[in-house]
Amino acid sequence: MKEKKEAEHNETVYVWQLPVRFYHWINALSILVLCVTGFLIGYPIALQNSAEASFGYWFGTVRFIHFVAAFIFFFNFVYRLYWGFVGNKYAKWDNFIPYRKSQWQEVLDVLKVDILMVSKKPIDSVGHNALASLTYFFTFLAFLVQSLTGFGLYAAMSKSFFPKLFAWIVPILGGDFNTRMIHHIFMWLFIVFAIIHIYLVFYHDYVERRGVTSSMIGGWKFIEKGHMEEVKKKVKV
Amino acid sequence: MNETRPTVYEELQAKGHSRRDFMKFCTFIGAALGLESTGIAQVVKALETKSRLPVVWLHFQECTCCSESFIRSSHPLVADVILDKISLDYTETLMAAAGHQAEATLKNTIEKYKGQYVLLVEGSIPTKEDGAYCCIGGKSSYDIFKEVSKDAKAIIAWGNCASAGCVQAANPNPTGATPIYKLAEGKTVINVQGCPPIAEVMAGVIVHILAFDRIPQLDSLGRPKAFYSSRVHDTCYRRPNYDAGLFVESWDDENAKKGYCLYKMGCRGPNTYNSCGVIKWNNGVSFPIQSGHPCIGCSEANFWDNGPFYKHLANFPGFGIESTADKVGIGLGAVTVAGIAAHAVVTNIRKRKEIMKGLRTTDNNIA
Repeated sequence: MKEKKEAEHNETVYVWQLPVRFYHWINALSILVLCVTGFLIGYPIALQNSAEASFGYWFGTVRFIHFVAAFIFFFNFVYRLYWGFVGNKYAKWDNFIPYRKSQWQEVLDVLKVDILMVSKKPIDSVGHNALASLTYFFTFLAFLVQSLTGFGLYAAMSKSFFPKLFAWIVPILGGDFNTRMIHHIFMWLFIVFAIIHIYLVFYHDYVERRGVTSSMIGGWKFIEKGHMEEVKKKVKV
Repeated sequence: MNETRPTVYEELQAKGHSRRDFMKFCTFIGAALGLESTGIAQVVKALETKSRLPVVWLHFQECTCCSESFIRSSHPLVADVILDKISLDYTETLMAAAGHQAEATLKNTIEKYKGQYVLLVEGSIPTKEDGAYCCIGGKSSYDIFKEVSKDAKAIIAWGNCASAGCVQAANPNPTGATPIYKLAEGKTVINVQGCPPIAEVMAGVIVHILAFDRIPQLDSLGRPKAFYSSRVHDTCYRRPNYDAGLFVESWDDENAKKGYCLYKMGCRGPNTYNSCGVIKWNNGVSFPIQSGHPCIGCSEANFWDNGPFYKHLANFPGFGIESTADKVGIGLGAVTVAGIAAHAVVTNIRKRKEIMKGLRTTDNNIA
């Protein structure tokens, strides 16, 4: 079978461990739910009926789903931070913070090769490339802002100790109104991120043919034979 | 110096109020303060044994709506206690004295009752041009405040002006209007927020100081927790409509007549901390939401800048009038999609070789 022969030209690399994959999809799902319910909370649709208010609770339910998803989102995020210290090299925290010169070099390379398309030099990284990692670092900051402002707002209507831990953020930001504004503006960053993120996954899958889309499901990427040795050599030099 | 002054109760008796009236007032104010029933006895004892609390009420950049609210308080004794009996030694708008006589009273009070008088400030203090925007008796309001606040037992900021600057501190704040807690130099200021604050809340704070000799518990923005710990939204009688998703869609629609939730009309209830929904206004007759108007958030800092009042999202700064975060967000999303489309087209042109190479290898393999 000749197709099989073609497959042998690739080597398979286990990139995303199971916890990373779980994190990714729980995160994606909770962000989707948070955006949809959050938007509904901001602009409730006119679902009117003639029944007394005591018979309906749909808006309360939307808010409840938002809060539950927020808790899932937050602890999933905390879990990912933990995995950044115990996971494999593709999941390690130092991928996300560009403190090495080589990381910044790769950011420039990715800009040249993938975004501006003025260079054809292949990118070394097998996991996240440096620009993607930097972007994820900023999304982690956005996660933090969204968690702080969200739980800060939630604290006023909660008797639980956990949201109360975030109550200090509200006076710093100048009251509930501003906190809510910031929470709302950051939602748009999540939406814009999701659009670009999904497009770039398609793009990389199409151009690089490393199976980046399915890698977040199965964990494996298909890398050109010899690429891994080449990168290793480069690192040694 | 230490002449024996009659107690609050004695003064009330002299004015013809019965013991029954007095007890009713103590119970009323105790309940407003959120005290348990044993606490009411403490209030009674304090007012029976303590003499008048010397009070200096300063007026700076304000409209006197706090005073107006105060003298319309629901319980007849509230105004009596504060205006007649708590000994309002100096207040520009209500005192009989004028000119040098009035200034002499102020000087006399702060010297005679050093460390005993309570300072009430209505209005913000302008700090630009050396405070020239608000001068009384030839002195700037900041100088007056510094002089009077030095030996005050407690400082209370009445209303949004004194607590957060209100309308005169709204962008661009031409006079440099500054809330007094920023100028109090380390002294705790009790911010009795609202534009104006509710009369019973004002009285409650003063009685608390008189009865317990210490300032009430404050939230992180300096507001007494007894009155500002819950949102207007959480105590609103229209709240069930919110949870059921029943909203007023426009001012004159059927839903407005039915009294549905005003959230979509820009009601600030969900981000405003006050007790309007519980104590209400004008002898407990009504409050804005009950009258069909959304809350404008007057007990929150910067409520004038968080406009427009009838929209829930403030205008997004730097993008002109009528641009909300959502409009900016949608624009950003559209630009992103356009950029992606362009990128996808360019990809197929510039990376054609690379993509075709992949296809060819596969074709060859199949062949």
